[in-house]
Amino acid sequence: FHQAGGQSSHSMDKSITLPPDEIFRNLENAKRFAIDIGGSLTKLAYYSTVQHKVAKVRSFDHAAKSDGEPLYEISVQEEITARLHFIKFENTYIETCLDFIKDHLVNTETKVIKATGGGAYKFKDLIEKKLKLKVDKEDEMSCLIKGCNFVLKNIPHEVFVYAKHGDSEFRFQNTHPDIFPYLLVNIGSGVSIVKVEAEDRFERIGGSSIGGGTFWGLGALLTKTKRFDELLQLASRGQHTSVDMLVKDIYGGAYGCLGLTGDLIASSFGKSATAEKEFSKEDMAKSLLHMISNDIGQLACLYARLHNLSRVYFGGFFIRGHPVTMHTITYSINYFTKGEVQALFLRHEGYLGAIGAFLKGAEEDNPNQYCWGENYAGSSGLLSVSPELNPMQRERSGTFDMLEMDRLERQLVNLPLLQDSSSYIPDTVDLTEDTLAREYWLCCFEEALDGVVKRAIASQKDQPEAAERAEKFRQKYRDKLQTLRHQPFAYGSLTVRSLLDTREHCLNEFNFPDPYSKIKQKENDLALKSYQRVLKTLEELSWEQRQIALVRGLLAGNVFDWGAKAVSDVLESDPEFGFEKAKQQLQERPWLVDTYNQWIERLKGPPHKCALFFVDNSGMDIILGVFPFVRELLSRGTEVVLASNSGPALNDVTNGELQILTERIAAMDPAIQYALDRLTLVQSGSSSPCLDLSRLDKVLATVVRERGTDLVVIEGMGRAIHTNYYAALSCESLKLAVIKNSWLADRLGGKIFSVVFKYEVPSIIQGHH
Amino acid sequence: MFLNTTGCLWILSFPWFGMDIGGTLVKLVYFEPKDITAEEEQEEVESLKSIRRYLTSNVAYGKTGVRDVHLELRELSMCGRTGTLHFIRFPTAAMHRFIQMGRDKNFSSLHTTLCATGGGAYKFESDFRTTADLELVKLDELDCLIHGLLYVDSVGFNGHPECYYFENPSDTQACVKQPCSLAHPFPMLLVNIGSGVSVLAVYSKDNYKRVTGTSLGGGTFLGLCCLLTGCETFEEALEMASKGDSTKVDKLVRDIYGGDYQRFGLQGSAVASSFGHMMSKERRDSISREDLARATLVTITNNIGSIARMCAVNEKIERVVFVGNFLRINTVSTKLLAYAMDFWSKGQLRALFLEHEGYFGAVGALLELLKASEDP
Repeated sequence: FHQAGGQSSHSMDKSITLPPDEIFRNLENAKRFAIDIGGSLTKLAYYSTVQHKVAKVRSFDHAAKSDGEPLYEISVQEEITARLHFIKFENTYIETCLDFIKDHLVNTETKVIKATGGGAYKFKDLIEKKLKLKVDKEDEMSCLIKGCNFVLKNIPHEVFVYAKHGDSEFRFQNTHPDIFPYLLVNIGSGVSIVKVEAEDRFERIGGSSIGGGTFWGLGALLTKTKRFDELLQLASRGQHTSVDMLVKDIYGGAYGCLGLTGDLIASSFGKSATAEKEFSKEDMAKSLLHMISNDIGQLACLYARLHNLSRVYFGGFFIRGHPVTMHTITYSINYFTKGEVQALFLRHEGYLGAIGAFLKGAEEDNPNQYCWGENYAGSSGLLSVSPELNPMQRERSGTFDMLEMDRLERQLVNLPLLQDSSSYIPDTVDLTEDTLAREYWLCCFEEALDGVVKRAIASQKDQPEAAERAEKFRQKYRDKLQTLRHQPFAYGSLTVRSLLDTREHCLNEFNFPDPYSKIKQKENDLALKSYQRVLKTLEELSWEQRQIALVRGLLAGNVFDWGAKAVSDVLESDPEFGFEKAKQQLQERPWLVDTYNQWIERLKGPPHKCALFFVDNSGMDIILGVFPFVRELLSRGTEVVLASNSGPALNDVTNGELQILTERIAAMDPAIQYALDRLTLVQSGSSSPCLDLSRLDKVLATVVRERGTDLVVIEGMGRAIHTNYYAALSCESLKLAVIKNSWLADRLGGKIFSVVFKYEVPSIIQGHH
Repeated sequence: MFLNTTGCLWILSFPWFGMDIGGTLVKLVYFEPKDITAEEEQEEVESLKSIRRYLTSNVAYGKTGVRDVHLELRELSMCGRTGTLHFIRFPTAAMHRFIQMGRDKNFSSLHTTLCATGGGAYKFESDFRTTADLELVKLDELDCLIHGLLYVDSVGFNGHPECYYFENPSDTQACVKQPCSLAHPFPMLLVNIGSGVSVLAVYSKDNYKRVTGTSLGGGTFLGLCCLLTGCETFEEALEMASKGDSTKVDKLVRDIYGGDYQRFGLQGSAVASSFGHMMSKERRDSISREDLARATLVTITNNIGSIARMCAVNEKIERVVFVGNFLRINTVSTKLLAYAMDFWSKGQLRALFLEHEGYFGAVGALLELLKASEDP
């Protein structure tokens, strides 16, 4: 009786502190609800549209163009994009949440809510009464599988291996292009083992009644501890050897000829068959945990072997981010398969049912036809393993967790020229594992924040509330950095790319779609004015001199990078800093990485058929560096595909801008004009200063394939150093960048403004098929 | 070279013991010669006589030792002698008292060889040496298990078959124990359920491999039962289990889905979560010790059945033989195993059982003793 009273006041407390408007976002346009109600947690899903400001560029009429006017106009337009919202909260909040949703749901034509999970029956009436939506029940297992397929396909670094004693506890795996077949071991109150062979083909091949419910139920009986989490905590403090009979208890040592070590458990609870001894709660809980984890691991291995499957994912409330159970399951799988199979876990495991139920209801929107991306600004990320490290996170763990996914406007695929798409890792350094690098970059991004905020405000001078928004952005990004300091694994592997992308997501969140638009515009204008002079200088050179001048021009252009703090300080303080000055800054040959001689030898041979060029910055970089270089390629008879970002990121040139620039350059350069039919502009599909070659616009991939591309040029720190430095391509490649960060230069064994010029020919020349 | 009729090279001195020292129980087999001549009787030293009388005239030894009279093999011919094979067990916890008795009865003066298997042969080796001046011959437990099993099956159980199975295992009413022969035993999957469980794939007398094992065995059943119900012995635990109802403790498929889970062909009566009801406080307050004992027994048994079945399929073996002392006086488990093998394999697998459940290791050890006498 007393307990019940205590509990209700507890939930009252929680409902008071609840800030639902920050949780159930974009409800005004929400439709297609789905709900997954488990034993203790509710997961709600909905689809909504988000109105965003986007920066667009439009060319002025050429005829009207006079010298004083800028090259193109920038306008900010409203764009509507689709977003998936997933929210996880404790069942105690369900009524409060339903009330909130009811009050804020305005525009929906939705009539039904898809529901799954054991609690869907229990809360059916409540949901129907509150939301006036008809509850449509979906099978739990098919929802789970559907959700699992979805996250495996769409979320990079969804899958991880758990290593308790590793440098980083979570080791994330890259998205694998072929996700099937796999085994899903769902450990709820019992265990279901499901073999998934294709999107809609799966089979429950086995199971066990010894699962999470056994741990909880038996644990509660043995220790008089009621809560699942408390039982796990007890277990993590216990010693199983006082309860379990080990091989050495029977043999006095190891059972050598069978390879059974002395510490192996011969009989779980084998020592507790006595009335003479008392056992501690901790020790019994630990023994129970081992017993159940080992048993599940063993069965999973037997089924994996029988069906010849090597990818085994574990989920269900028994796993759900609990380091204790992930560790024991990992240990068990490793033991029973002698290391041949790794236990795999999923970052969004708790959402699978809700995602699947949602997808079932949204089939007419064809969600599987699109690519989706995790929005780092709106998602909570994986929780800390040691909550005491970050009290802020602990509070959240008891309340709400969110996942937001943006529908990407373009379909993303692998670059067909990757040597091995399944082993490709875009990022050069994994900051989750490299503590020193992590600390440096987190500080670096924190220090750069002031500048970004200033830039954001400056980009919207005409809007008085921009300062307030920029402040919110600052708060949000700083919180993210803080979170990542404690939980580098929150969004998968922490990388320079993810730090940059998170910043872009946060800027977008507060409607700063393109803080550098005006700077880019000014620099493009400025550079265009020098274009012909630069060309003239180049044309006066001999062939050999010209080749090195073109490369030096490309590198000098790449110095103009607002993403690098060292450079942005220079650009800010010295507006006269120009192309020639940049050239002087460059390191003399031999460069830090210097395979220029091989490149020049190659150029003496037959021309390339088609070059794919991933461009970097606006202004000097694209106009005075890239275009003369491309012009030379075109003059050799090589076709050129210029790949630029679909959306803005820092001062990187976007596809929209590049189209206008190309027109302008063609108008003043007959050589480019003449070669326009061999110069193709494509979108990369990305809005990042870095480059993930496994997520590129499908059109780009088609063009690359059709043209018989035999050279890939990747330019700039973000694309060629932070990412893709080690990317192996199946054709010739040229990676070049100027290191504009002294810490990074130091790490690579060079100085600031060191040059990387990496021309590579694949060692495996692919044969005919 | 002179051989007697059974192939023994020379007459081995008595007493003949085989011992299997497990994690929980010590199993001892003792061959009592019934063809002792008057001459022999006269020559027999006093200590040997006293051992023979002590073992054969009692059915209980101390507080915890027991002779399984119903299992004794009579008129058995071994190494040219005819006699009775006795089956004795006592807890491993009493091992030190046993060793002391060996010292008190001056066992070492008999110059006999003591063949022992099981983990305790290693663990207690030095105690035997220092306390009782006895040298153990240590033997591999799986070798002994297989040799002992094949031997007992070949000599039969006093004229009856050693092996049995259950007819109609899926029908509680019509399920009956039927004797059978292990005439063609190979390949067989041998599941030995002692404190823990070992699963062996046996292809011939000397060709086998340990496929896997699980720590959820007889020791787990008894250990958990003691913690949950306060019982103290295996017999007590089984007695309670026989009266309990596990469905009050376990969550069944129908408790979750209201009936069968048709999407996956799961029957409503199948256990979905062992001890799953115990997550709820009201349920915890409403069950009996008997229910808990039954649920523990069912959980452990089903799990062993499940692992055995998977191994049988992986190893492509249809004959699954269950042995070990967990099955002693435990028809709940034997029937459940028979049912599980039959049901989940759709009749492909057959569970077989042996009357001398847990004694094969000890018999195997005795056979080694006799075999040693063949080798000059």
